[in-house]
Amino acid sequence: MRHSTSISVGPRTFRIGSDWRAPLRALEAIYEDYPTPSDIPHFTVRLESDRWLRRFVRPSVSIRGDYTLPDALPVSLAHGLIAAEMAMNLQMALGERRFLLLHAATVERDGRALILTGESGSGKSTLSALLMTKGWRFLGDEFALIDPLTGLAHPFPRPISLKNAAIGVMETAYPKGKFGPLLEGTPKGDIRHLVPNARALAAMREPAKPAAILFPSFGLPKAQREVGQGEVFVRLTQASTNYTALGESGFNALTNLVTTVPAHAIDYPDTATGLKLVEQIWQGLA
Amino acid sequence: MDARLLTRVLTEPRYALTLDTRGWTALLAMAHGERLSGSLAVRLNGLAIPETAKEVLEAARVSAEESRTAALWETEMTRRALAPLGIPVILLKGAAFVAAGLDAGRGRMIGDLDILVSRDRLNEAEAALLAAGWEWVKPDPYDDDYYREHMHELPPLIHRERDRMIDVHHTILPLTARVRPDAAALIAEAVVLRDGLFTLSPQDMLIHAAAHLFADGDLAGGLRNLWDIDRLIREHSSAPDYWSKLAERARLHGLVSHVSRALRLTHHLFDTPVDAFLAYEARRGDVFYLGRLLARNRWGQETRKLLRLAFYVRSHWIRMQPLMLAKHLWVKWRRG
Repeated sequence: MRHSTSISVGPRTFRIGSDWRAPLRALEAIYEDYPTPSDIPHFTVRLESDRWLRRFVRPSVSIRGDYTLPDALPVSLAHGLIAAEMAMNLQMALGERRFLLLHAATVERDGRALILTGESGSGKSTLSALLMTKGWRFLGDEFALIDPLTGLAHPFPRPISLKNAAIGVMETAYPKGKFGPLLEGTPKGDIRHLVPNARALAAMREPAKPAAILFPSFGLPKAQREVGQGEVFVRLTQASTNYTALGESGFNALTNLVTTVPAHAIDYPDTATGLKLVEQIWQGLA
Repeated sequence: MDARLLTRVLTEPRYALTLDTRGWTALLAMAHGERLSGSLAVRLNGLAIPETAKEVLEAARVSAEESRTAALWETEMTRRALAPLGIPVILLKGAAFVAAGLDAGRGRMIGDLDILVSRDRLNEAEAALLAAGWEWVKPDPYDDDYYREHMHELPPLIHRERDRMIDVHHTILPLTARVRPDAAALIAEAVVLRDGLFTLSPQDMLIHAAAHLFADGDLAGGLRNLWDIDRLIREHSSAPDYWSKLAERARLHGLVSHVSRALRLTHHLFDTPVDAFLAYEARRGDVFYLGRLLARNRWGQETRKLLRLAFYVRSHWIRMQPLMLAKHLWVKWRRG
């Protein structure tokens, strides 16, 4: 590959190769405060042009690596940063076997972790970013890494991927935050990355014990309910990218999590209400 | 640099201990590219290797172990579907290796389940599988007809609940291929594993691997098939009449040159002990096959584009007569 860089996030390191300089420069800029690994990487990622000419004319980035989805669509070079991020997520989603991966945001207070999980648009990224500005430690907004041996949640604090309206919300709520470039017109709308604060990065190898699971839903009238273990289990199997691939150890890890950690669903019309509900539930924990 | 780094470490695991960070990084990327990371994990097990390499290989080992469990379960479900009809199920490739507990199955990733049944019982087998929850993958009439008229297997079936694919073969090469192996002889010599489950005989197993590698495809991912061949030979060839029986069976199936080439290449890349008479002397073509098998760089990317293209064209050429190939390409092209 013509260009390459290395990145370390939580317990995992990535080697990223690219046919173009630009996506790596963008990546290095938003990962500038992260440790630079010099060891063997856990995953190799490649940003390639499918045809030689496509390097120059209407350039589009194909995402490849140790683990590749055969029918993943290429991304425009203008959004090369997103391609790089997607490529790293893909390696985790398809290749990670040490940890049970949950598609979730995680924050910690007093050594105890709160896991927020839900579909794209549920507001988990925004809520976790806001909680970070209010004294919580940020562990990640994409994957919660559950260790089957200890039950602990390990951080994976990538830059927070803010979408559309969430961008303005965070720019206002966190003016001294370090933001990436505004990427307009991506397949998911506008995207801007927010770099986790110094505390989150300094502690990116320190796990925390899960204390509660939340299923947030943004844009609904305020409501809250406890969620039974059966439902939590099924929803988390759907939120996991490697539950099936882990076999018995995945089942045990998930069963352990579901039977020891209480879960709530919260609906909220606006972020202020959402934060209030989170605080309420957190205070109510034994 | 090409995949010789990978073949060398697989052959001689201690060579890995001399690698620096850059060498390890390349080795792991190549192993992923060739789907040999689980096999590499097995070979390097117990050696004092760097911590991160250990973590990466442990993940590969876990994946392979899970794939083995799933393959054995799929095998059992198939046996249960076909056993009541008294149709013997002959396991092929990866499923056969793990079900028989062979070295070739250790660390190997297993995709679809491949089985061989007698052609005169194919319709019954198909009906029984459909009744047991398998469904068509390709509802396209041209593809369906193509499979039934010209291929060595039924159109692929996928299980609606377990989402796993099965390929039901009635012989080991497409009916359009230049060579026509003796399917009845394969079945007659099959070795029983347990009630209703069989594998091919050790010799036929090797011949199938060679036929699959050289007569049925463009050699993409071929290094893994050649590694299977190395493992099978090392495990089976100490039997007293292994080589003479292999020569005899290869002649019967019309696959002598394929087997010879497999022996030469595996000896060259993996230092496999092979029978010199059967391996015959090196042919000029071997260098192209080696170039194709090793076409992988330190990023895990495929290299040698022209050579790969040549093997791709060849893969169609050896499977179809010119007129038929023209018709096939025409139909495929018209639909884009």
